[in-house]
Amino acid sequence: MPAISMKVNGQAVCGDVEGRTLLVEFIRDKLGLTGTHVGCDTSQCGACVVHVNGKAVKSCTALAIAHDGAEVTTIEGLAANGKLHPMQEAFREHHGLQCGFCTPGMIMAAVDMVNRLGKKLDEDTIRHELEGNICRCTGYHNIVAAVKAGAANM
Amino acid sequence: MENFTYHRPASAADAAAAMKGAKDGKYLSGGQTLIPALKQGLASPSDIIDLGGLKNSGVTVGATVVIKAGTTHAEVAADAGLRKAIPGLSALAGGIGDPHVRHRGTIGGSIANNDPAADYPAACLGLGATIHTSKRKIAAGDFFTGMFSTALEEGEIVTAVEFPIPKKCGYAKFPNPASLYAMVGVMAAQLADGSPRVAVTGAGAGVFRATAMEAALAKDFSAAALNGVAVAAKGLNSDLHASADYRAHLITVMAKRAVEKAK
Ligand code: FES
Ligand code: FES
Repeated sequence: MPAISMKVNGQAVCGDVEGRTLLVEFIRDKLGLTGTHVGCDTSQCGACVVHVNGKAVKSCTALAIAHDGAEVTTIEGLAANGKLHPMQEAFREHHGLQCGFCTPGMIMAAVDMVNRLGKKLDEDTIRHELEGNICRCTGYHNIVAAVKAGAANM
Repeated sequence: MENFTYHRPASAADAAAAMKGAKDGKYLSGGQTLIPALKQGLASPSDIIDLGGLKNSGVTVGATVVIKAGTTHAEVAADAGLRKAIPGLSALAGGIGDPHVRHRGTIGGSIANNDPAADYPAACLGLGATIHTSKRKIAAGDFFTGMFSTALEEGEIVTAVEFPIPKKCGYAKFPNPASLYAMVGVMAAQLADGSPRVAVTGAGAGVFRATAMEAALAKDFSAAALNGVAVAAKGLNSDLHASADYRAHLITVMAKRAVEKAK
C-alpha cells in the first residue's frame, strides 16, 4: 500500500492507503478525527466538508492518495487555545443545530464562505452558498442566523 | 468501491503511457462525477490516472477565450476577464453544483464525461466551442455524441476548451433540488455573426440544439419570439423527477429566461 503524508490541523501525519481510500476514511478511520461526518456518501449533503489547501471540499468525494502533501483543516482544527472559533460560538449562541450531524460541514462551509466573500453576508447569499449542505432538523433558519453572526465576528 | 492502481503523471505523455499500460484505465480530473460513480460500482477501472498532476489550469481571454481543461468551476467563475468577455459563461460556471463541488470539478472532466445533465456541454454547443485534445481540435457539435459518450478516442485527453466570444449569451437551468444537476438547462446565445444558438442539456440523452427556437430567434432575439415554440416531448427523458412532457415545457420556459438574461 502506498504511504501518504499531509498536514492535518497543523500537524504532520502519515499513513498507508489503498488507491480507493477516500479522504474522509483517512481522516476518520486512520487519524481518528471523527468530527467530519458522512451523511450521504453520494456527494450531496456536505456533512463531510473539510478544507484542503484553504478550500472547502467534500471529503467523501476525494481520494486520500491524491492528497499527498496537502494541508487539511477539519472541524477539530478550528478552536484555538481552548476557545471555540467564532463560527462555532455563533452556532451555539444562535442554536444553529439540533442533532448536530450536519454541523461540522455547515461550519466548515460557513468559514469557507467568509474566506471567499468577506464578513458581511446577507441572508440570500448565505442560503445560496449553503446549497451543498443539507440539514434534516433545523429548517435552516437558525443556521442562517448563526452564519451571519459568526461571519461578522470572524 | 473496488480497488484500483493509482497514477499521478506529471505530463500528458506520461498520462497517455499510463493509460496504454492499464488493462482498463480511466482518467480522473476533479472526480466530482467519477468518484460517486466508482462508489456506486457504476465503474470499476483497474487503474485511475489522475490528471491533477498536469497542473493544466487557467483562463486566457483574447480574440477567443481559452480555458485549460484542469480549471475548476470556481476558478472559471472567479475570472474577471471572462466575466467581462462572456458573462453568461462565467455565470454558468458559478452555478454548477455547489461551492464545494466547484472547488474540485473541472471543465475538462465535465465535458469528457458528458453527463446528459451537465451544464458545460450546453455552453460548448451553444457558443460553438472547439475542444482541444492531446491529438486534435474537435468542434463541439462533433464532440458530444450521446449519453456519456464523446468523440474522444482511447487514451485521448481534453487539454482545453476554446470559446468564440458571442455578442451575448445567457444560461438558465432548473436544477434537481438534491443533485443540483440540470433537470433542464438552456444556453441561448447570439453569436458574433448575429446568428442565434440554443443548446439544451438535462432534457434528453445528451445535449442538443433546439433548431426551431433558433429559427424563431433569428428573426427577433427576444423571449417573446419563443412564445408557442416548443421542443417535442417525444424522446425526452422521463423519470421520477420529471416527465418528458414536463421537461418539454421547461425547455421553453428556461429558453425564455436564458434569452432574457443574455448579455
Ligand atoms: S457525506 Fe460527503 S456530501 Fe454527504
Ligand atoms: S442539526 Fe440535525 S441534520 Fe442538521
